[in-house]
Amino acid sequence: MARAVSPRRKLITTVAAWAVSLLIFFPVLWMILTSFKTEASAVASPPQLFTADWTLQNYSDVWARSDYPRFFWNSVVISVGSTLLGLAIAIPAAWSMAFVPGRKTKDLLMWMLSTKMMPGVAVLIPLYLLFQRTGLFDTKIGLVLALMLMNLPIIVWMLYTYFKEIPSEILEASRMDGASLWKEVVYVLTPMAIPGIASTLLLNVILAWNEAFWTITLTTTKAAPLSAFIASFSAPQGLFYAKLSAASTMAIAPILILGWFSQKQLVRGLTFGAVK
Amino acid sequence: MSTQSNRAAARLMVAPSVILLFIWMIVPLAMTLYFSFRLYRLLSPERSGWVGLANYTWFLKSPEFWQAIGNTLALVGGVLVITVVLGILIALLIDQPVKGQGVLRILVIAPFFVMPPVAASIWKNLFMHPQNGLFAAVSRAFGADPILYLENHPMLSVIGIVSWEWLPFATLILLTAMQSLSSEQLEAAEMDGAKPISRFRYIVLPHLTRSITVVILIETIFLLGIFGEIFTTTQGGPGSASTTLPYMIFKQAIAAKDIGRAAAGGIIAVILANIVAIFLMRGIGRNLDA
Amino acid sequence: MGKITLTQVRKSFGETHVIPGIDLNIEHGEFVVFVGPSGCGKSTLLRLIAGLEDISGGKIEIDGTDATDLPPGKRGLAMVFQSYALYPHMSVKKNIAFPLKMAGMDEAAIEAKVQSAAKILNLANYLERKPGQLSGGQRQRVAIGRAIVREPAAFLFDEPLSNLDAALRVTMRQEISELHQKLATTMIYVTHDQVEAMTMADKIVVLNAGRIEQVGAPLELYNHPQNLFVAGFIGSPKMNLITGAEAQKHGCTTLGVRPEYIEVSADGPWQGTIGLAEHLGSDTFLKVDVPGIGMLTVRGSGEMHLHHGNQIRLGPQAGKIYRFGPDGKAL
Repeated sequence: MARAVSPRRKLITTVAAWAVSLLIFFPVLWMILTSFKTEASAVASPPQLFTADWTLQNYSDVWARSDYPRFFWNSVVISVGSTLLGLAIAIPAAWSMAFVPGRKTKDLLMWMLSTKMMPGVAVLIPLYLLFQRTGLFDTKIGLVLALMLMNLPIIVWMLYTYFKEIPSEILEASRMDGASLWKEVVYVLTPMAIPGIASTLLLNVILAWNEAFWTITLTTTKAAPLSAFIASFSAPQGLFYAKLSAASTMAIAPILILGWFSQKQLVRGLTFGAVK
Repeated sequence: MSTQSNRAAARLMVAPSVILLFIWMIVPLAMTLYFSFRLYRLLSPERSGWVGLANYTWFLKSPEFWQAIGNTLALVGGVLVITVVLGILIALLIDQPVKGQGVLRILVIAPFFVMPPVAASIWKNLFMHPQNGLFAAVSRAFGADPILYLENHPMLSVIGIVSWEWLPFATLILLTAMQSLSSEQLEAAEMDGAKPISRFRYIVLPHLTRSITVVILIETIFLLGIFGEIFTTTQGGPGSASTTLPYMIFKQAIAAKDIGRAAAGGIIAVILANIVAIFLMRGIGRNLDA
Repeated sequence: MGKITLTQVRKSFGETHVIPGIDLNIEHGEFVVFVGPSGCGKSTLLRLIAGLEDISGGKIEIDGTDATDLPPGKRGLAMVFQSYALYPHMSVKKNIAFPLKMAGMDEAAIEAKVQSAAKILNLANYLERKPGQLSGGQRQRVAIGRAIVREPAAFLFDEPLSNLDAALRVTMRQEISELHQKLATTMIYVTHDQVEAMTMADKIVVLNAGRIEQVGAPLELYNHPQNLFVAGFIGSPKMNLITGAEAQKHGCTTLGVRPEYIEVSADGPWQGTIGLAEHLGSDTFLKVDVPGIGMLTVRGSGEMHLHHGNQIRLGPQAGKIYRFGPDGKAL
């Protein structure tokens, strides 16, 4: 256990830690504050941390100018859909790798991860054409598939590291008890791995929500999520700092709130098996 | 713990992932490979045909190419060094007995939830803008001229922005790892007469090796493809000062509308990515799974 | 029923032959203990019988039917694991009910069986708890409960007591023996602890390097070890094994004398110095350095008022010596 430290030392470290943390957080804070300012006070010189004329005008302007709920809904469907689909495919794969490892298991896992190293831009044109041909372009199902495949290696890897910590004796016990493979996975493995699965789900929802390459290039309007919504505001059309900040805040708020609430669970799961 | 029927089931259960990923990788790659040997310009669709290695030689001879390689390495390497080093320092700081550790974690993790286009546009407009940015105001307050970050130090600016995005990831993984270190080990080292620096060097750092490995692996995977941040901030400029390999390919495909050349660039990028991957997996894969 | 027959059962992992070939008959209702040092293949043999590993060759029959290729759940066996392998997310009740649920039994019948198992094992008050809230002994009982509700042809125990503290181990040992008497079902029990083997078994199978060294009733193994390995393994403290001139005097390569059959007496043939004396009250253990023979362990009953450095004379009791030939076999 942590030993008692002198109050003075605790004060110093507390101040330092808070200063550093606030510095890291500051850009987000500044953006949120700016979103509640008038355009004039947003660019006031010298800049003001707080202003006298707080306003919600920017939010109502952004709301009026674009169909936020649609972008929002698309983001939810795409990020949650791709993650759930990915889990459904990855759980059996991770079971195999964790409990029936072969000599090639590690190589397979590493190969899966290496597919993620291929820069998206390198295959942009072919995928664009493929999506056009197959009618997946600008559809939610198309993006669900694309993001699922993009994150699948990460999902498999995370699940693999959790599953490996489950003693194989418990799965063997279920086999002795007459459970079929399917029942073993559904009744024993999955419930035992719930914390790990939850972390995986959270991280991948966040990754999918924040994905801003395929979601922008493979959509136009119908299936466009919040990344496309914010891209339309960054286009150079005069500098409306307050409105830009409001739109940005709206784009990240849902995931920021989700992330903050589930922060403990998420961080625990972020270790990728690196912490025993 | 395996029987034959188990191994068969395992192969069956791993198959969907492998097959889907293989298709997802091989089909676009094959198409890219095909395009890379073709003359294929969107602006002059009537001219087409095989051009052999012309697209590749154009790429390899372009002075921009080598700069792009350099920039890509600088971006990946720079962000890795910054996030790992700062990550360790911040994790060490937060791991001390401080008040409000929970809140600190919430503050530190926030950038991780900010999508890249938003992160890039906050930094570009609210901070780095030469007239209205906060940094300009700070410079003026000290009586100096505002620094033209994106114009004069484009690569450094991009590295800074991307590092900010990835710092939480590194910090939190390293923090979790640090907290898993048994305090008995540290106390034993203290009994053995180790000073704080030695304790960090000989106890804490070795304990963090696996976590640092994971951070490097995951970050590299994402950093190799960094695109949106550059697109939003510098557009690869000025000139090609902040053009990375992915961005150079993008410029060929979208600005020059030369699909053939872009495809050749894509293949080169894939080859380079694989070299990096092999290098990483060799050095790291063994470290990962003891 | 519960008759298990192994015929030329082999197991190899790649080039390593863990079990080169075993023949064994286990009769209905027997309590059979596989015992041997770690790495002797006893757990592997149990897992082969359970079906958790494929055999590389040979045949396993359970009650006359060939079970060689049956999956574990279809062999009618129940297993209690070293770590108990309870399902941590299920209550005690659900843990015990799991095999019945897998068998598709209806709710009412499951409930009745769980209740009766809980009664036998004193678990009735803990049915709603999760395994994490139980003590080691209670977890052990839940694992046994999960096994008995299936009414298996045989129970398999894989070092089930090794995670318990010494006192609890004795209690559980007795409980398992009583359970065997009550159920009269075949039990196969793996342990490296020869005390467990001696106290529980009807039949002990001593394994070494994947081979059976000897099969027999506990006292048969104690009284008539067929070879040096069994002689050294069965009995605690270990049998003294003497080689050299003293052995040749008795016409053998190795002379074995159990510590409890060495007498300390003024006219003993050997003379030695006490190196260590352990006084337990009920027994006294002596380590005696005898020149020309080596260090001997002596077990005397009661308190013996002997101490470090004392010179004593001692010798084997008449007729209580074991003689082994150059091949390690008993003569």
